[in-house]
Amino acid sequence: MSVNVNRYKCGYCGACVGVCPVGALELVETWIEIDNTCTNCGVCAKICPVGALAVVK
Amino acid sequence: MKEKYDIIVVGAGPGGSITAKTCAKAGLDVLLIEKRQEIGDPVRCAEGCAKEGLIKHIQPDKRWIAAEVKGSKIIAPDGTQIKMSEEDSGGKAGYTLERKVFDRALAQEAAIAGAEVMVKTRATGLLRTNGRVSGINAMYMGETHEIKADIVIGADGVESKVGRWGGIDTSLKPDDIDTCAQFLVTNIDAGEYSKFFMGEKYTPGGYVWIFPKGPNSANVGLGILGSKCGKVRPISLLENFMKTNMPEGKVIEIVVGGVPVGGPIERTVADGLILVGDAARQSDPLTGGGIINAMDAGKIAAEVCIKAKEKGDYTIRTLNEYEHRWRATIGKQLIRSLKVKNLLVKLSDEQLNQLAHSLEEIDTSKMPLPKVLPILFKKNPKLLWELRTLFI
Repeated sequence: MSVNVNRYKCGYCGACVGVCPVGALELVETWIEIDNTCTNCGVCAKICPVGALAVVK
Repeated sequence: MKEKYDIIVVGAGPGGSITAKTCAKAGLDVLLIEKRQEIGDPVRCAEGCAKEGLIKHIQPDKRWIAAEVKGSKIIAPDGTQIKMSEEDSGGKAGYTLERKVFDRALAQEAAIAGAEVMVKTRATGLLRTNGRVSGINAMYMGETHEIKADIVIGADGVESKVGRWGGIDTSLKPDDIDTCAQFLVTNIDAGEYSKFFMGEKYTPGGYVWIFPKGPNSANVGLGILGSKCGKVRPISLLENFMKTNMPEGKVIEIVVGGVPVGGPIERTVADGLILVGDAARQSDPLTGGGIINAMDAGKIAAEVCIKAKEKGDYTIRTLNEYEHRWRATIGKQLIRSLKVKNLLVKLSDEQLNQLAHSLEEIDTSKMPLPKVLPILFKKNPKLLWELRTLFI
């Protein structure tokens, strides 16, 4: 996994799912899942309304 | 759950439920699925909505109307106020909805019309027969199922997967999304108008909204254009706005979400597949409003599904009628709104003030936004020259 989700911050809105260019994210109830197609591009982290996502270098 | 339906609708928001209800009413065999265990919750919406557009689809009901508003007030960075969209009769022009109740009422109408409804049921992929979409893979309570259908409706919102699985690229670029945060604030005087605060002073590439939810409470929120988000976040800007502008307010709910504001996408149908609402990126790029557009699109989609069933043809040949009809109506509005939004985000606070001042001697209180825009253009041709094709 190359994006870290701070689950104490995440508002499970799914905005990150909509911007992921490769469809690597999925929102299941309150849980963001990230699969191994993630390219580390960081768009999800950029647009997160609460800053719950961070690219792991 | 059956093995096969005429129509499977993925997502029980307003767009999905109207599609399901309209198809079921016509006698089609419909399954409406919602991945959350509770329809309508958590909310990701500012809940404002014009009366006129709504009553075409559902009889207003006190249970899901949190408040009625007289009209809108646009507030420029220097505090200049422009009133808009009041009803001629002085009646109430808009609603602030209680989406948790509203979405359930719509799903209930679909169910009563004959649709089967399944909650906590998530689409995980599409079935294909000879290359055409022919159903979904679904997961209910941890178990996977294959459910066949002649047509799958992707009404799965901003986070839509159905379109992508069907070969339609719906991914939003940072410029195509407004990233938002909202508080339900109480212990305030909410007033009788929906208020919109414009300018970089408040938020970059978006606006702050205050939508009354009763005399003492309101949805107070703001959006940032995705491309301008990162260094500042909606949640921290909103906290600042609260401190400065309503220090007495108390927050009883936090709502976050993304709104598609990129305008129409290239394609919303495929063989055996139709996208509706936010999944089809049909929310308004300027206002961010999506409820009415989704319901209008859902109605059109259902009418095309009914025709397809009569003909026994579920290919693009028949489904393209949906594409043509929504683009001729909703689509045109989206394109206009996108042009206006693209210009507005470039204007400085000083220029926004100038626009507001140019309307000072005109009574816009009874005019909807589409009527005010041409006046703005006439008064500020230089500043708004980019929009000339819309008005000349």
